[in-house]
Amino acid sequence: MFKILEKRVFSPIIKEMVIEAPRVAKKCQPGQFVILRIDDAGERIPLTIADFDREKGTITIVYQEVGKTTKQLGAMEAGDYLKDFVGPLGTPSHIENFGTVICVGGGVGVAPVFPIARALKEAGNHVIGIMGSRTKELMFWEDKMREACTELFVTTDDGSYVRKGFVTDVLKEIIEERGKENIAMVLAIGPQPMMRACCNVTKEYGVKTIVSLNALMVDGTGMCGCCRVTVGGKTRFVCVDGPEFDGHEVDFAELARRGATFRAEEQRAMEHHTCQCGCGGGK
Amino acid sequence: MAEKKQIIPEKHPMPAQDPVERAHNFNEVALGYDEETAVAEAQRCLQCKKEPCRQGCPVEVLIPQFIKLVAERDFAGAIRKIKEKNALPAVCGRVCPQENQCEKYCTMGKKYQPVAIGRLERFCADWELARGVEAPAVAPPTGFKVAIVGSGPSGLTCAADLAKKGHDVTIFEALHVAGGVLMYGIPEFRLPKKVVQAEVENLKKLGVHIETNAVVGKFATVDELMEEEGFDAVYIGTGAGLPHFMGIPGENSCGVYSANEFLTRTNLMKAYCFPECDTPIKVGKKVAVLGGGNVAMDGARTALRLGAEESWIVYRRSEKELPARHEEVEHAIEEGVKFALLTSPTEIIADENGWVKAMRCIKYELGEPDASGRCRPVPIEGSEFTMEVDTVVVAIGQGPNPLVPRTTKGLELGKKGNIVANLETGATSKPGVYAGGDVVTGAATVILAMGAGRVAANSIHDYLMNKNK
Ligand SMILES: Cc1cc2nc3c(=O)[nH]c(=O)nc-3n(C[C@H](O)[C@H](O)[C@H](O)COP(=O)(O)OP(=O)(O)OC[C@H]3O[C@@H](n4cnc5c(N)ncnc54)[C@H](O)[C@@H]3O)c2cc1C
Ligand SMILES: Cc1cc2nc3c(=O)[nH]c(=O)nc-3n(C[C@H](O)[C@H](O)[C@H](O)COP(=O)(O)OP(=O)(O)OC[C@H]3O[C@@H](n4cnc5c(N)ncnc54)[C@H](O)[C@@H]3O)c2cc1C
Ligand code: SF4
Ligand code: SF4
Ligand code: FES
Repeated sequence: MFKILEKRVFSPIIKEMVIEAPRVAKKCQPGQFVILRIDDAGERIPLTIADFDREKGTITIVYQEVGKTTKQLGAMEAGDYLKDFVGPLGTPSHIENFGTVICVGGGVGVAPVFPIARALKEAGNHVIGIMGSRTKELMFWEDKMREACTELFVTTDDGSYVRKGFVTDVLKEIIEERGKENIAMVLAIGPQPMMRACCNVTKEYGVKTIVSLNALMVDGTGMCGCCRVTVGGKTRFVCVDGPEFDGHEVDFAELARRGATFRAEEQRAMEHHTCQCGCGGGK
Repeated sequence: MAEKKQIIPEKHPMPAQDPVERAHNFNEVALGYDEETAVAEAQRCLQCKKEPCRQGCPVEVLIPQFIKLVAERDFAGAIRKIKEKNALPAVCGRVCPQENQCEKYCTMGKKYQPVAIGRLERFCADWELARGVEAPAVAPPTGFKVAIVGSGPSGLTCAADLAKKGHDVTIFEALHVAGGVLMYGIPEFRLPKKVVQAEVENLKKLGVHIETNAVVGKFATVDELMEEEGFDAVYIGTGAGLPHFMGIPGENSCGVYSANEFLTRTNLMKAYCFPECDTPIKVGKKVAVLGGGNVAMDGARTALRLGAEESWIVYRRSEKELPARHEEVEHAIEEGVKFALLTSPTEIIADENGWVKAMRCIKYELGEPDASGRCRPVPIEGSEFTMEVDTVVVAIGQGPNPLVPRTTKGLELGKKGNIVANLETGATSKPGVYAGGDVVTGAATVILAMGAGRVAANSIHDYLMNKNK
């Protein structure tokens, strides 16, 4: 059992938790993720390691409530226990001194970007952070990002905070302003359409772009093949070969299609979960 | 030879759930002998002095001896006799391919049907499980720590043997439950999960620690287990969990699963009770399972139980070459699984939303026997046809998961990424590190994996005791 030590509510649908998991905290690297299961009937869901404290033996996760499991998790409190918590999974981010790198976090994607940006800065890079969300209410970790990056740009789709626009608008501006030859790499993490849009921008300029893919998963160890995606014409397993890949090579359309495989069932699980008819959550 | 007695030519039939009914539920198919039937079956045994049956069993279970005890109604004695050689009889009695092993060599089988050794073994094990298992004697602590990586039949056996010899044993398992393929692969209707978990509980009684959610190669490497966590020896039994795909166009369409995914969602994650359990699975009306082994049969039978109207086995060779256990093929046919033999897909065709809607297939004929002695299938030119299906399960084999092999320094690997280990000792190229089961041999059988675990346990014990000197 894995204890929830702290919980912070950023918005009604975005929450942070600190979990006691010394084995994971001891070895994890930026870019890796965990898989958790709430209880015996639960599904295994992947979440990125957003932060960690090796001494305290803790892992921080930030998640957006999108379906049954994340909603159920959102209703849990500090002091509760998770049944299973396994990690660190996936291949760590490649960290070295590249020069100037742009780290783009969209929505809840800010959480996975944070430890990578911090590590890149520590490795000597000039880190330009861009974080964006739909609206001010959904914005979190601006302070942490400011520390992790050399410079930080903030944007909201609706203009309710700092500036109005998409992260891609800012990305384009910066590349134009600084010159594409001065940008060694872009890292973009967030919803699939946002990552895809970033890749479209950077492809034009020929700037290498890394994305972190959120394929459907079961085991997370390369055993089931559920997470497979075509990258550069080859089938790769996101959980072991990734989750980071060269964004210009990813078949995003396939990723999106496969991600929708269980849409109807996910809907049913939600209805079942939120059923208020007094049937006790029965059929 | 035994004293003159009346010959009963046929095995006592195994009581089974009705095929029509069972094709829609996940309850165990074969119900097991009752005491009277078991005793009567045991009396068919001729008690051959040469014990040919034993030679067919990879772990040389004391077959005539335990059967004699069953015939004498000493069931407690019988199970003790079995357990001298086989740590997981409730499992083996159910899933061993007996027709190629013990029963193949049974004297009775020359003229009549062989003695139902597997069924008797299962009977004894179930008899004991129902009454509570007596904890075997454990030697005094040796002070040595051994890590077992993977909790499949191979790791479980190795752990049990080492614990009995007094070593401090910890099993590290990547998934959230112990049991390996016995839990995530082989379906409930063939091997109830409570049978496997009862065996796991017995291990705990021996003092074995089991750490689930522990992926070796991620939270720690084998080297780190030895250097930082103080393990004196390591046994690697990580199995063959990496699914192979056909490599044909369209294989990443929605509705195409590896058998591992299909079975893991169903067995381990209990998708059959969705939405009470959270993990979903989607099965269409017409399912094609590619392959002809146990895994394929399990996939096809599972598909029916999940509500598919038609479930097809699509296999390149003919019925005779099907590598699955005989009983599974029979059960599959009884339940209504259909067979497209001498057939193989060349392309999976998706609809406009990316969902499988059909498979392009080609017919095969059997040519010359190949290296394995089986006839090589040869495609027939111009025989292409389209088969409409909405779900495809790929069950054409598994390779070793590279996580541990790749992260362990100085471990010799074979061409297919398998770990090279001496089959007689389990020793790898790395001192103190042993390996066995599917990760060494490639996908094989439960009993062979167990045998390898036992062999390695003996070598590890010798290695540790010599280290002491
Ligand atoms: C490597 C990895 C890291 C991730 N890190 C985070 C993170 O740090 N924070 C976070 O909020 N989410 C993260 N995700 C996504 C998260 O796993 C899903 O949101 C979660 O599984 C949804 O479960 P659910 O039962 O609540 O929703 P479901 O009912 O399963 O699904 C609801 C909706 O979410 C989509 N969805 C389901 N599973 C996934 C998935 N694996 N990835 C993306 N979308 C999915 C569905 O298509 C559907 O639209 C990550 C995914 C991966 C693969
Ligand atoms: C669907 C199916 C049906 C089968 N039917 C039969 C049958 O009827 N009869 C028969 O004899 N055989 C059958 N087999 C084959 C048999 O199950 C295997 O040969 C046997 O389980 C191999 O045992 P093992 O201990 O080597 O590995 P496995 O049972 O594969 O166990 C390996 C374990 O190691 C764990 N692991 C892997 N990597 C790591 C890591 N890095 N860290 C920690 N843990 C790790 C895995 O999660 C797994 O639990 C079947 C196989 C399948 C898939
Ligand atoms: S372990 Fe398998 S092969 Fe050996 S006697 Fe039992 S059923 Fe037969
Ligand atoms: S070969 Fe058959 S008949 Fe002879 S001892 Fe073995 S089980 Fe009995
Ligand atoms: S999640 Fe199963 S192989 Fe990646």
